Amino acid sequence: MTDVAPQARTSGTSAEPLVEMTDVHLAFDQKVILKSLSLKVAPRERLVIMGQSGGGKSTTLRLILGILKPNSGSVKFKGEDVTRMTRPRLNRMRQRIGMVYQYSALISSLSVRDNLALPLEELTRKSEKEIDAIVQEKLSLVGMEDTLKYMPSELSGGMKKRIGLARALVLEPELILFDEPSAGLDPVVSSVIDELIIALTEKTNATSIIVTHEMDSAFRIATRMAMLYQGKIIEEDRPERFRHSHDAVVSQFVEGRTDGPISTTQS
Amino acid sequence: MKLLDRIPPLRNSLQHLSSVIWLLIETVQETIENVRQGRAPFRISIFFEQTDRAGVGSLPLVSLVSFFLGLTMALLTGYQLRTFGTERLVPGLVAVGFTRELGPLLTGIMLAARIGAAYTAELGTMTVAEEVEAIEAMGIGPLRFLVSPRLLAVVLLTPCLVVVSNIAAMIGGLIVCRWQLDISPAYYLQLINESLQNRDIIAGMVKSVLFGLIISLVSCYKGLTVRGGAAGVGDATTSSVVTAITVVIGCDTLANIILIALYD
Repeated sequence: MTDVAPQARTSGTSAEPLVEMTDVHLAFDQKVILKSLSLKVAPRERLVIMGQSGGGKSTTLRLILGILKPNSGSVKFKGEDVTRMTRPRLNRMRQRIGMVYQYSALISSLSVRDNLALPLEELTRKSEKEIDAIVQEKLSLVGMEDTLKYMPSELSGGMKKRIGLARALVLEPELILFDEPSAGLDPVVSSVIDELIIALTEKTNATSIIVTHEMDSAFRIATRMAMLYQGKIIEEDRPERFRHSHDAVVSQFVEGRTDGPISTTQS
Repeated sequence: MKLLDRIPPLRNSLQHLSSVIWLLIETVQETIENVRQGRAPFRISIFFEQTDRAGVGSLPLVSLVSFFLGLTMALLTGYQLRTFGTERLVPGLVAVGFTRELGPLLTGIMLAARIGAAYTAELGTMTVAEEVEAIEAMGIGPLRFLVSPRLLAVVLLTPCLVVVSNIAAMIGGLIVCRWQLDISPAYYLQLINESLQNRDIIAGMVKSVLFGLIISLVSCYKGLTVRGGAAGVGDATTSSVVTAITVVIGCDTLANIILIALYD
């Protein structure tokens, strides 16, 4: 695995955190999703959040983006409380965050070029020529420069993921959120996406939070890992230490065993 | 509150009503915020695309249905009034009936079925595929980007379609009057001119704007609140059409009561 920033390698929480979630509680009606979740993400680290399906991992990303609001607790991005931001402020903050969705979420009525150009056209005052150059550059970064005129429906799952990644990069974000980046892909394409995530986050100096429950990808990408279980982070550590965790939940999850404290009926 | 808890359908209806009102407020706010930042309120290309869909696309249906209804209305009323020798009332009946009531109502119902369903299915599919959330996550207001151009297109185009509907119905009436009731076209137009008043035209236009607003808001709201995948999109589309038509007819009655109290 390639080197990462020293502060991120030694401890994810030692530097001034880019993202800080404190005592976050979230419930939908009677169903508690997150309870007392606290998490810090340092600049330039790649934090992988693992956990069961439906355990609140994607919800955590949506809280960081301000798409969901917690019932209590605070979510801070660069020291600013996302939960208290006005809409214009929230929109400005979102422009510094890129999000890569599980199923890419490309706008189906727009071509690949228009999907990538959309945030640039809507949020910046760049000329069409500049926008085309940026689109071409970002597509080259993900190896998809020949797909400009394609519609999303004409692309494979792996191609869509790459385009989704390129779209997340167009505004040169400080933080990139990945929601199950390798879900539904074959092992080879999955590895390609993982390598892209590592290469691009390092090239752009971006911080990334990756939500996944695919262990191979998680250990390949992460500079730090966190286990979300029953609404809270129960362990966070470097990957090599995480792999040999003494926590019964973490070791069961990492090894993929059916016997252990994790209930298999809820997954 | 206890009364509302005892009648869940009433509570749900009020919840939806308040959500639709909030959707309108938030859409206007988001659009104004963008204008304040010195940007276009929304993509003009999307607005023209929607005006083409809602307006030009609905033109054949609206004019054809209105033409046949105008023709039928003149035929049936003429058949009755002829026995009393008062068939010269037919042009006024068709003109006032359509300008004030049937034109806006029929156009509203046709738009709810045609455009309302399309908007709900389109936005619903985008919601299910997380496309709407992706737009929001990029910092682009999804309401001003998706709802504003659709809302404005339908609100502006409904009165235009109502005018087309009225003209088509009057042409239908003219054919019956000319061939069935021996009323010449010139006399037909004169009778229309004598019976049609400004308040009829104003009432029709006010209603058409109101119906356009209702149809676009209900369809966008239903689309943006879809849950449960493809089946959810189907349910929302059906619900959107049923709700929009019901609300349009309900508001038509209410508007009639208010307008009659104001003018008559």
